[in-house]
Amino acid sequence: MTLLDVVLFLPLAGFLLLLFVPKTASRAGALIVSLLIFAVSLGLVGPYWFANPQGYAFSTNISWIESPAIRYHVGIDGLSLWLVLLTTLLTPIAVLVSWKYIDHRAKEFYAFLILLEFGLIGVFVSIDLFLFYVFWEISLVPMYFLIGIWGHERRIYAAVKFFLYTMAGSMLMLAGIIYLYNRAGSFDYVDILSQIQSGRLVLDARAELLLFLAFFASFAIKVPLFPLHTWLPDAHVEAPTAGSVMLASVMLKMGTYGLLRYCLPLFPNAAHQSAPWVAALAITGIIYGALVAMVQPNMKKLVAYSSVSHLGFVVLGIFSFTQQGLDGAVYQMLNHGVSTGALFMLVGYMYERRHSLEIAAYGGVATPAPQLATVFLITTLASVGLPMLNNFVGEYLVLQGTAATNFTWTAFAALGVILSACYMLWLYQRAFFGKASESVTHHMYDLTPREWAAIVPLLALMVWMGTFTQTFIPAISTQNARILQVSRESRIERASIPAPVEVSRAR
Amino acid sequence: MPDSFMPTSAEYFRILPEIVLTIAGTLIMFLAALLKERQKGILAPITLVGFAAAMAASVAAYTDPGTAFHDMIVVDGFTTFFRVLVMSVGFLAVLASSAYLRRENAEAGEFFALLLFSVTGQSLMAASNELIMIFIGLEISSIASYILAGYLRDDKRNNEAALKYFLLGSFATAFLLYGIAWIYGTTGSANLTEIRRVLAGGGAPSLTLVGGAAALMFVGFGFKISAAPFQVWAPDVYQGAPAPVSAFLSVGPKAAAFAALLRTYLIAFGPVAKDWAPFLWACALATMIIGNFAAIQQSNIKRLLAYSSIAHAGYILVAVTADSEIGSAAAMFYLAAYAFTNFGAFAVVTYVARKREQYTSIDDFAGLAERQPAMAAMLTIFLLSLIGVPLTGGFFGKFYIFKAALDSNLVWLTVLGLLNSAVAAYYYLRVLVVMYMKPAEASAETLPPAGAALTVAVYGSAIATLFLGIFPSFVLNFASKAALK
Repeated sequence: MTLLDVVLFLPLAGFLLLLFVPKTASRAGALIVSLLIFAVSLGLVGPYWFANPQGYAFSTNISWIESPAIRYHVGIDGLSLWLVLLTTLLTPIAVLVSWKYIDHRAKEFYAFLILLEFGLIGVFVSIDLFLFYVFWEISLVPMYFLIGIWGHERRIYAAVKFFLYTMAGSMLMLAGIIYLYNRAGSFDYVDILSQIQSGRLVLDARAELLLFLAFFASFAIKVPLFPLHTWLPDAHVEAPTAGSVMLASVMLKMGTYGLLRYCLPLFPNAAHQSAPWVAALAITGIIYGALVAMVQPNMKKLVAYSSVSHLGFVVLGIFSFTQQGLDGAVYQMLNHGVSTGALFMLVGYMYERRHSLEIAAYGGVATPAPQLATVFLITTLASVGLPMLNNFVGEYLVLQGTAATNFTWTAFAALGVILSACYMLWLYQRAFFGKASESVTHHMYDLTPREWAAIVPLLALMVWMGTFTQTFIPAISTQNARILQVSRESRIERASIPAPVEVSRAR
Repeated sequence: MPDSFMPTSAEYFRILPEIVLTIAGTLIMFLAALLKERQKGILAPITLVGFAAAMAASVAAYTDPGTAFHDMIVVDGFTTFFRVLVMSVGFLAVLASSAYLRRENAEAGEFFALLLFSVTGQSLMAASNELIMIFIGLEISSIASYILAGYLRDDKRNNEAALKYFLLGSFATAFLLYGIAWIYGTTGSANLTEIRRVLAGGGAPSLTLVGGAAALMFVGFGFKISAAPFQVWAPDVYQGAPAPVSAFLSVGPKAAAFAALLRTYLIAFGPVAKDWAPFLWACALATMIIGNFAAIQQSNIKRLLAYSSIAHAGYILVAVTADSEIGSAAAMFYLAAYAFTNFGAFAVVTYVARKREQYTSIDDFAGLAERQPAMAAMLTIFLLSLIGVPLTGGFFGKFYIFKAALDSNLVWLTVLGLLNSAVAAYYYLRVLVVMYMKPAEASAETLPPAGAALTVAVYGSAIATLFLGIFPSFVLNFASKAALK
């Protein structure tokens, strides 16, 4: 049993434990459990601190089901390491932001939150495709309940829509996984990859494209990529703060992680072939998300649409097939997790005070709550990509990587950066400046110590990730280089296939 | 008189499970007449013992596999699998119904006797190697089921259900019998292996005749498994019958009918499989679509589960369409997973329905999570299994079925089937929504905790559902070994 197994199964144990603790102790229990998981998960950084190992660390590979051969094969690499840490960091934060907000059926709430952590960690560490699918689906159930039980007015609609969208996508992925198994005789990602690389498993062009699309559909819904994004604003707006935070920060990353981990290396030809289409959708998403965000009267919806826009960058970076593009995409995944998570928390703080998500209900908040205003400003600036803060690095890398592939893409995508400044700063201006109305002064007290405790780690990360990128990038780069290499090698093997659409003009 | 006319003791041993069940059923009828009213409480435990003993006998019979009574009965892994399955369902049905019968003042011996006889018929169907035996088994099972469906004879809904079930059922069985007659006429035998030999051999009889016979027989089987277009009875019967009986009907007879269908079509009609595959393909798809889309519109939970069970028959038909060893194993696994899941769901419905089944609308489940969290959690497990969420038996069942289908190159059927199960998620979620996200009405009657027996039935089903989802190898390995080739 490795440290990773402990990190993976602690949440499950925590979930079972929480079912049996008394109601009054549940939130404290959840905080202790989630902090413990975070502390343990820090140990995973070990191998990556001084060195930069190739392949998987902390891997366990034992048989779960003999026939068909399904294995409990988990491991961690530079790609999944930070996503796991993001998950374990955000769970205690999510517990903290729910501390006062969740007052009915609290025990179930915290139990579902910890169960969600189990599913999310599992998604990022599974190497067996089947296991990946299992965790992919498991993570769906607690989130469904989090939105449906503790959300706002239209919560049920949002929860069901969220579940059905994801379910429809994952069914196609399941068909793809089974088909791949029937061809490769294995669910093991490493095994399948080596078979494809060595030419032992040759998919004809049509099968490869269909498989790519089956996986892609599932991931694109989760990301979400325009035009499959419509579940996201509903889910985000209706979810309780903790739900929005987990959804935006971690769950959406399941989609981009899947694209990078599975779509690119497993189906390199189809991925290259579809790149222009995907890029077009991503850019549409970037601009469309930003424009829609701009006209939102509802803060949470605004942040939700900004997510659509930001995630467009990530997808664009992934489908640029360049080292910088991929590095930027992964970095942007983490950045988005930190800064959008923080934005949702801050919006949640404001909602707890004023009980409204309408921007119009605020105005002049900076006067009664200067600390809140400062923190919100830092987060806003991080989100719009101010240098020295985290998002800048990711966006820059994505744009640079994309420029090497297709400069037109870069030009359009860059519009998104400008637009993000517009909608975020305009939001800030409307909510925090101006004359404070009486009700605002009356309701908007400043941050409490608990709220500070929840937000400080994220603020620190915004600065850290914006300045000391070397902490994070090397591990990511190594893994991305490998993905690109595999993707390239597998393509050369199949040069006889009719040439896909030319996308690497500038290379 | 030739020596072979006298059955040997080994042959009796091979139908020991049916003998045990019949004796138990007869004993119950005697006791019901002899016992005083206040002593009737021991009938249910005796029935349980009867089922347990029959299960033991099934396992024992498997130690000496082979055929009996001139190849009319065959004991193999396949037989044993289904025998144990239908007996487990019978066992659970006793647990789920004893408190129900007491509540309805209908505690009488014949209920348990009928249950035992119905399972006897199902067990016989699983063990039949011959069309006439299949027919006899089917009739034994059906006639008992017809009466069970109308067991509360003062209840109008029960009467309607029983009458519908009986009229349509006997009509469908007549088709089956007619088909058997055709087959006997064309091949000169009713024995499954013999039919296969004739069909595979040179100078096979006209395909039109064989096809016609297969189609006629499919009407009979299709009715029992509620496959489209022979599914119309199911919602009315499941809704009208007493809830524990619906629980039993939706899984037991279905599993047995699938066993007979699999054996008939994979063994006897194996050589002409290519010709009927397109029909099965269409039937499987139609069954899934009709079941799922009709379920979406239901407001009564029993009706919803009825349509859902039609849809599940469609998934299993996909495995039959695959026409392969792993298809057969997948169908077996699915039937086991589905049996415990669906039974459990109906058992919770039995609990919530309360006296005279006043509360069977989906809205009556409002606030269940707050009033009886454990029951709500159990129903959640069952519903998630019906949706096909991992770590439940339903998921692995679906997974194996669609894997088998892809193995047989049924790509479109797989994709359409999987998308169907995404549609299905919608109506199962509705129940979850009501249970967890809607508060109970202030005027709602109190919901006392469930009795011990029902609780055991629900928890037992839930444990079986999770066990099949986390450690599927145990059952799947057996199913793969026992699968028909």
